[in-house]
Amino acid sequence: MLDAKIPDGPMAEKWTRHKFNMKLVNPANKRKFNVIVVGTGLAGASAAASLSEMGYHVKSFCFQDSPRRAHSIAAQGGINAAKNYPNDGDSVHRLFYDTVKGGDYRSREANVHRLAEVSVNIIDQCVAQGVPFAREYGGYLDNRSFGGAQVSRTFYARGQTGQQLLLGAYSALMKESARGNVELFTRREMLDLIVVEGRTVGIVTRNLITGQIESHTADAVILATGGYGNVFYLSTNAMGSNVTAAWRAHRRGAYFANPCYTQIHPTCIPVHGDFQSKLTLMSESLRNDGRIWVPRNEGDTRRPSEIPEEERNYYLEEKYPSFGNLVPRDVASRNAKEWCDKGFGVGATKTAVYLDFRDAIARDGEDTIRAKYGNLFDMYERIVDDNPYQTPMMIYPAVHYTMGGLWVDYNLMSNLDGLHVLGEANFSDHGANRLGASALMQGLADGYFVIPYTLGDYIAKAGPAGIGTDHPEVKRVEEEVAGRIDKLVNSKGKKTVDEFHRELGLIMWDKCGMARNEAGLKEALQKIPELRAEFHENVNVTGSPGTFNQVLERAGRVSDFLEFSEVMVRDALHRGESCGGHFREESQTDEGEAKRNDDEYCHVSAWEFNGVDKEPTLHKEPLTFEEVALTQRSYK
Amino acid sequence: MAGNTINVTLKVWRQADKNARGAFASYSVKNISTDASFLEMLDVVNTGLEKEDKDPIVFDHDCREGICGMCGAVVNGVAHGPQSATTLCQLHMRKFKDGETIVLEPWRSAAFPVIKDLAVDRTAFDRIIEAGGFISVKTGQAPDAHAVAVPKIKADAAMDAASCIGCGACVAACPNASASLFTAAKVTQFAKLPQGDPERRSRVVAMVDQMDHEGFGSCSKHYECEAACPKEIKVENITNMNREYMRALVTRD
Repeated sequence: MLDAKIPDGPMAEKWTRHKFNMKLVNPANKRKFNVIVVGTGLAGASAAASLSEMGYHVKSFCFQDSPRRAHSIAAQGGINAAKNYPNDGDSVHRLFYDTVKGGDYRSREANVHRLAEVSVNIIDQCVAQGVPFAREYGGYLDNRSFGGAQVSRTFYARGQTGQQLLLGAYSALMKESARGNVELFTRREMLDLIVVEGRTVGIVTRNLITGQIESHTADAVILATGGYGNVFYLSTNAMGSNVTAAWRAHRRGAYFANPCYTQIHPTCIPVHGDFQSKLTLMSESLRNDGRIWVPRNEGDTRRPSEIPEEERNYYLEEKYPSFGNLVPRDVASRNAKEWCDKGFGVGATKTAVYLDFRDAIARDGEDTIRAKYGNLFDMYERIVDDNPYQTPMMIYPAVHYTMGGLWVDYNLMSNLDGLHVLGEANFSDHGANRLGASALMQGLADGYFVIPYTLGDYIAKAGPAGIGTDHPEVKRVEEEVAGRIDKLVNSKGKKTVDEFHRELGLIMWDKCGMARNEAGLKEALQKIPELRAEFHENVNVTGSPGTFNQVLERAGRVSDFLEFSEVMVRDALHRGESCGGHFREESQTDEGEAKRNDDEYCHVSAWEFNGVDKEPTLHKEPLTFEEVALTQRSYK
Repeated sequence: MAGNTINVTLKVWRQADKNARGAFASYSVKNISTDASFLEMLDVVNTGLEKEDKDPIVFDHDCREGICGMCGAVVNGVAHGPQSATTLCQLHMRKFKDGETIVLEPWRSAAFPVIKDLAVDRTAFDRIIEAGGFISVKTGQAPDAHAVAVPKIKADAAMDAASCIGCGACVAACPNASASLFTAAKVTQFAKLPQGDPERRSRVVAMVDQMDHEGFGSCSKHYECEAACPKEIKVENITNMNREYMRALVTRD
């Protein structure tokens, strides 16, 4: 039985009580402990900086050339916080309530409440670091409504909020590095986890420049390694985003929770060619002013400007009058797919809908729209070669974020002693659907305000690990890693790594994307092991392992995606309900809306690894809802 | 979105490692879609090389949406290529002509040694930030975000400077390989904000000294950096940095 270690007491007092009940590490003793932090995005950089400030010795790892490149940097829209500065009725309780409801009642209430509580501290911290949030003329912070919220609680820095928050966390990290208390290991990829007698004591990494296999041991390990959206090949993730660190931890015993929960973001630039390497998100803040529509007539090939008002179907406004174009991401995505599947899609591939600024420009003027979204419009024009001030944008949903991740308890520790997991890499706060502007909030909450407390409690209780890099288990894991690399470079097949990745992506998008059914998922469970077997026989990894070898890097990641994808499909198969953006075709209402099944699926599915070609074991963590009553979501 | 294709010849700098002698190699690229991004074109070339069991061209890249700052190369003598305010990953093949020869080189600077092919070592930038590109506030010390009002005009100016992505194009474009624009952007961001005031003087001195120590050249006002910057960071930041530096020499924090 999984123990989430949720503290006793009323919801609003749990975190306060828990902090008081924790054991503390004497300030003079903190410097004797070493902590490894993998990943330098919002969660990783904020955790590494904060723990170092407290006195722990920190080793920080990233695969990019600098910690500042982590993919948090690409987040555009904003960060939520229950500050209630606009005086419009927000509160910690409302942010908590909206997040639980938005997650379609598949997140853990206690974690979400804590997230809402510490959200206010994040904004304070970032402002003090010099993050240049948008301000009003009076000099106070500006807020906007974002992604399905009926209050304005989103703080932003133009369309580059993630960049500014990450540079803030990065500057804190570099401040600690300058002090010598954080050691930075850039261009290093974690390839395995070292577990000795049940306790996580270190990692094995590859130096991406020299190819050297290196080991690092510590008293605790933190993974802040992001999500696994690139299992679909095409996603809005950075090219390097991968599941390897999480998957390798899973293979060493850490449970993987709700892997089938992936977020499909409604406003992305549609796919346009076979050569395409990634998809680009257009911030959903655009839905504040843009109106989404498709032609009323099926297969209408006229230019959008030629289609009169009465022949335009503003389907979100019609179906959800109170939320209109601002319905949550899952609802907006599913509706776009539905209209395109019915044959009303627009553009060359007929898999797009319009996002139209004509009325907003007429109302507010082009200058106002440019001030709000200029950089996004420019980006759209650079990619698509079309001017969105004059003709509507074309958008389509794309894989953006993964709510599933390694299972963690309330302390953000996995079921493996000493292994902590933060940010997108864990599973706990967003349930089956993440609300807009909540990812940045969660990453920084975990790193700045949760792990500094809970890690101390762990260290105080567990004491030093006392394992050096000469330990036989460390050497054994190093040899395993070297053996895997040798196998990859020696297969000398005919197909490129990317060809396999694309094939896997297509299987996942078709069978395990926005809509799934039992037959399709079972078909995927046939195809994935076949593709995996072919990969190991027929992949070609050029160059040698002892050099800067980007093909080898990708091969390792794709190899792990080929294993991980299977548990993702199994999880989707097990979850015989529609929830969040996951439309299970067998589970729908008479009107064709998603139908949740709380009697059978109100639980976290945590999977235990039993071997690559063996079925994993399912562990269930029941979800109870004390504060937010379980109801079917409705945005009508 | 015409869906046209073009043929181009690529001349790419190939260098096996930091110490190897590099040389240009030619590749003929056929039927590339004008809707492909420049890096997608390189993907196609690399797939071809992999099929021939040859070592593909190494180039740094990650987000491919112009914000991580990881990508960058000199295209026909221009850092990030011909389109202004655009990173290499956001440059599209529609900006090139059929039959054109495209010369591709890494950033060239003594402070950015080539690691392999088009990838260079930019850790000097991290060390400049380490020298003072931060506000010394620990987690938990911050007062309420509204405790200090910041005039909008200053917040906006700070944001303009803060939008630097640390790609290094300014260094690559500068005849002196100066890192002044990069350093000045960070100095200016914090100098505009009241939160940055306590360390205002020590910061600029430490960062400028580190920049010199890394072997970057001096600014002699060619303004090539501003022209190459994908985020349109202005050279006024350098003027501002020089003013901050002079002020720091006569006063102390």
